Amino acid sequence: MLAPITTAHYLVLSAALLLIGTVGILLRRNAVVVMMSIELILNAVNVNLIAFSRHLDQVNGQIFAIFVICVAVAEAAVGLGILIALFRNKETVLIDEIDLLKW
Amino acid sequence: MPASFMPSAQELMRFAPEMLLTLAGTLIMLLEPFTESGNKSRLAWLALGALLAALGLTAVSAADPGPAFSNMLLIDEFGTFFRFLVLAVGVLTILISTHYLRSGGHESGEFYALLLFSIVGQCIMATANELIMLFIGLEVSSIASYVLAGYLRDDKRNNESALKYFLLGSFATAFLLYGIAWTYGITGTTDLSLIRSALLNPASRPNEVLTAAASAFLFVGLAFKVSAAPFQMWTPDVYQGAPAPVTAFFSAGPKAAAFAMFLRIVLTGFEPLKKEWEPLLWVSALATMIIGNFAALRQTNVKRLLAYSSISHAGYVLVALTTHSGPGAAAAMFYLAAYCFMNVGAFAIITHVARRDERYVEIADLAGLGTRQPLMAGLLTVFLLSLTGIPLTAGFFGKFYIFKVALDQGFIWLAILGLLNSALAAYYYLRVIVVMYMEPAPEGEGELPAPAAGVLAAAVGSAIATFFLGLFPSSLLDFADKARRIFN
Repeated sequence: MLAPITTAHYLVLSAALLLIGTVGILLRRNAVVVMMSIELILNAVNVNLIAFSRHLDQVNGQIFAIFVICVAVAEAAVGLGILIALFRNKETVLIDEIDLLKW
Repeated sequence: MPASFMPSAQELMRFAPEMLLTLAGTLIMLLEPFTESGNKSRLAWLALGALLAALGLTAVSAADPGPAFSNMLLIDEFGTFFRFLVLAVGVLTILISTHYLRSGGHESGEFYALLLFSIVGQCIMATANELIMLFIGLEVSSIASYVLAGYLRDDKRNNESALKYFLLGSFATAFLLYGIAWTYGITGTTDLSLIRSALLNPASRPNEVLTAAASAFLFVGLAFKVSAAPFQMWTPDVYQGAPAPVTAFFSAGPKAAAFAMFLRIVLTGFEPLKKEWEPLLWVSALATMIIGNFAALRQTNVKRLLAYSSISHAGYVLVALTTHSGPGAAAAMFYLAAYCFMNVGAFAIITHVARRDERYVEIADLAGLGTRQPLMAGLLTVFLLSLTGIPLTAGFFGKFYIFKVALDQGFIWLAILGLLNSALAAYYYLRVIVVMYMEPAPEGEGELPAPAAGVLAAAVGSAIATFFLGLFPSSLLDFADKARRIFN
């Protein structure tokens, strides 16, 4: 018989997603993968919000998660647009080759 | 109770400036395809009119302060102060940008619409009393800003600036959100005043490790947004790469709004944790001042120089924040107002000197400006002296109040190190002035045209504001002092 899944399990999952996302942002060279890593962190937030919302028996957290999803989509659209504009000019999406301005 | 979901007329009136700007931004986008390319400046006039009307509506709504939309927003003196500030920055930005965009053949309605949307977000950040609302305001402001940073699609510097701003900005937002989620989890609410009572109540006082973790995530996110050390590295690249009028906007509006958010979080919701936040804040304040000033010393590009200078100015405001006091908040507000005007003014002149495609943005390109265009050189000198903190200018009183509060609250070392830092800063500001007046204009450089009316108006307006705040600081300080009472 498996143990029931508690709030703590969700929080650990969320922390793991945060960790994977952060490591991805810091180590990956490809800007698209970095954007995906940011999405991972936002999903970690959503998991957290919904777990807390259930734990506290409130609906606020779930509403917040919907807002986060909407905003993340808008952000991703703008981010991809920026990336395409850059690719047209520079033919690269590798972060370490985008070095016209000193880091 | 569905009836309570309908906002009352009073609440709508409190939110009127934001609604007006959203409508105006949408209208501009609708009119854009029907406006012939020679007539795009009509859209600029529309945006300018909307901002001025929003300033009027802000004044009207200030007469009737109070909450709106079930305490999501709180229209108080503090919010009104920052609303006025970001709207004024918006007006100056439009004045600076029209000629810049037209001369490069890039003028179009989207620019003004995006600018208005970004300002809507900043107004929401200034009045939000609730972490969800803060997040939405921040994102409305940021997403529009990412596009503005890369507005000239064919310019590689713009592309790069936008990508860096986007990646690091959304990383910061994600961290901030993670902190917000944890805050919600441990206090059961996202309302800042309820968070405060949850943290104060000894019976429900949450686990210290968890509150520390939530605070740390919030701090990282906020520090990124105000470009405080150790999260300042995006600022110079973004400011250097973005179009000069956009940089003027970035260095003032979003930064002031981010500080408004920072002040509200630290001084209301998380006020019970001030002992825990204090070391974070003073270490960051000190590091921000030192990194900003030392890096600025060896810059040759004016935009990058001003970017590092804006980092160091964020450090001074953080000194005021570290004191966790009402007077500290008032000093920070005064400083931010002074900083916005002198910085936007300086960037107005830089925009003028940079000319088409921004070919002239090195300090050496300013050589001989004192004889070529004495008015422009004089105005830039005023702004640089104010950034240094010379008496009679706004910058002097801004620094004076901040260091006075730091001394009063017992942060003597922080005040002394801050003063030493501002003495160091004088070196690089004065170097620019020396180049303008002492060095001859380089040979064979293209003719510097007379300044456009908008740039001139923005620069003169900022200079008047700089002098006004330097000569009559109490006029604004009284207002800031009234506004900070909400923190007691």
